[in-house]
Amino acid sequence: MDMKINIAGVELDNPIIAASGTYGFGHEYNEFYDISEIGAISVKGLTKSPRAGNPPPRITETIGGILNSVGLQNPGVDAFIKEEIPFLRKHRCKIIANMAGNTFEDYCEMAEKLSAADVDMLEMNISCPNVKAGGAAFGTNPDTVLAITKAVRTYAKKPLIVKLSPNVADITETAKAAEAGGADALSLINTLTGMAIDINTRRPILANVVGGLSGPCVKPVALRMVYQVHQAVKLPIIGMGGISNGDDAVEFLLAGSTAISVGTANFTDPYACLKIRDGIKTYMEKHQIKTVRELTGGLIVESK
Amino acid sequence: MSYQDYSCQICSQQEIAPNIIACCLENAHLAKNAKPGQFLHIQCGDPASMPLRRPISICDVNGDELTIIYEVKGRGTKALREQTGKVQVLGPLGNGFLVDNSLYKRPAVIGGGIGTYPLYLLTKQLTNASVYLGFRNQSVVTLEQEFCQVAEKVTITTDDGSYGVSGFAITQLEEDHKKEVFDIVYACGPKPMLRAVQAFAEKTGVPCQLSLEERMGCGIGACLTCNCETHEEGSAHYKHVCKNGPVFWSQEVVL
Repeated sequence: MDMKINIAGVELDNPIIAASGTYGFGHEYNEFYDISEIGAISVKGLTKSPRAGNPPPRITETIGGILNSVGLQNPGVDAFIKEEIPFLRKHRCKIIANMAGNTFEDYCEMAEKLSAADVDMLEMNISCPNVKAGGAAFGTNPDTVLAITKAVRTYAKKPLIVKLSPNVADITETAKAAEAGGADALSLINTLTGMAIDINTRRPILANVVGGLSGPCVKPVALRMVYQVHQAVKLPIIGMGGISNGDDAVEFLLAGSTAISVGTANFTDPYACLKIRDGIKTYMEKHQIKTVRELTGGLIVESK
Repeated sequence: MSYQDYSCQICSQQEIAPNIIACCLENAHLAKNAKPGQFLHIQCGDPASMPLRRPISICDVNGDELTIIYEVKGRGTKALREQTGKVQVLGPLGNGFLVDNSLYKRPAVIGGGIGTYPLYLLTKQLTNASVYLGFRNQSVVTLEQEFCQVAEKVTITTDDGSYGVSGFAITQLEEDHKKEVFDIVYACGPKPMLRAVQAFAEKTGVPCQLSLEERMGCGIGACLTCNCETHEEGSAHYKHVCKNGPVFWSQEVVL
């Protein structure tokens, strides 16, 4: 069975990508299985300088989902290049460097540094809802998405993925802007902004008051957005949002994803990435599909 | 590959005080490797509805069986209370307490409420422990006999004076320290208690280990959600309860 996929010239052994922020730099999950088994890892969001992140509590659960407000705790792009790439490179999985910034210059500087480093793709996170530095201010306005993608494009010598925010009125507008700005691929969705309140203390549960919602409860929203974006642009799509099993993943592929990312499900089941990969294979066997690429955009919508 | 997700048989669940459940799990690997202060990350109920596991400290180990004791509080623990058959368990996770009976001859162990349970396995492994257990009131005083069998001395306090000594456990510990001079203190309990223990350790210079808890995601150090503040600056400002802890030296953390 052929599970290989290609995004902007980069070949992945299979369409499973560990979603940024849920998988660190791969060390922990490599204690459960060889991380070479998955297609790629989108590493923890990197910033120009090291960041401490938000105070606790940073996580809470809701029905069918979680809210997080980590706030981009990370060792900074330089430490990533020096200390994390050598470990990741020992494995077959492709490395996607996820970048978050405060300014156009932050993104451009990181794109330049990471282009010179041994990573396979760059992912521009302009949609982190938890910090001002997460770029959410850039990610919600199509004009700004166009401008920042153009700017970063000139520094990015590797395939550039733009990660889109779902916290917009029309995601096809930001998707088209990223395409026009020169993005090679799109990833969606980032988390939906939400909150939770402790009624006994009358205080928000998250120290950051609001956080990003993910997990099975966001799946229908994410799937709809992938479907819409697939209609609107020609770029390959990395689809994500609540994927917990092979069937969920197949839905995202049919809606137009070339690859899929697994995030929250890693917390529920540390083997989620492998089980989802095998679940896709089971589906392909059952339906006698030879290559996973055939599934992308294979949704049939009957016209009335 | 040092981690695995184990399918564990629930042998029994028993309510030992109102809403306090002692749950016995069977797994030879977990039982063999469990150290005092470590925890299990347990899938409670339907994972599609409850995507996060619940971290619960190990209370005791006997043969192939482990005991955890938890309070039924939210959706997760309510679901666990109803669970029979098998549960998925990651563990044993985190760094436990340092047990060194040749280095520390006069250990004091102090716990409050549900924070007393992880201290049982610790006390069992210490040779000469003075144990101080604080509870809200008589109805939730638990494991007194069990602690008495493995400790040198056990002092129970209740906030309302309905059982044992009235007041806080730390007051009794401080009082005894004047005569007995402890050479290490281990603590687990609510934050105000841990702050008082930390202040005691700072004042007296007695080495002290604190077991912390925080809302947790992955349980293995990948998601960076269960953070606690340290005196470090920059990206090392926060450590993580799941991987760096749950047991920390008291001078490492800001409570």
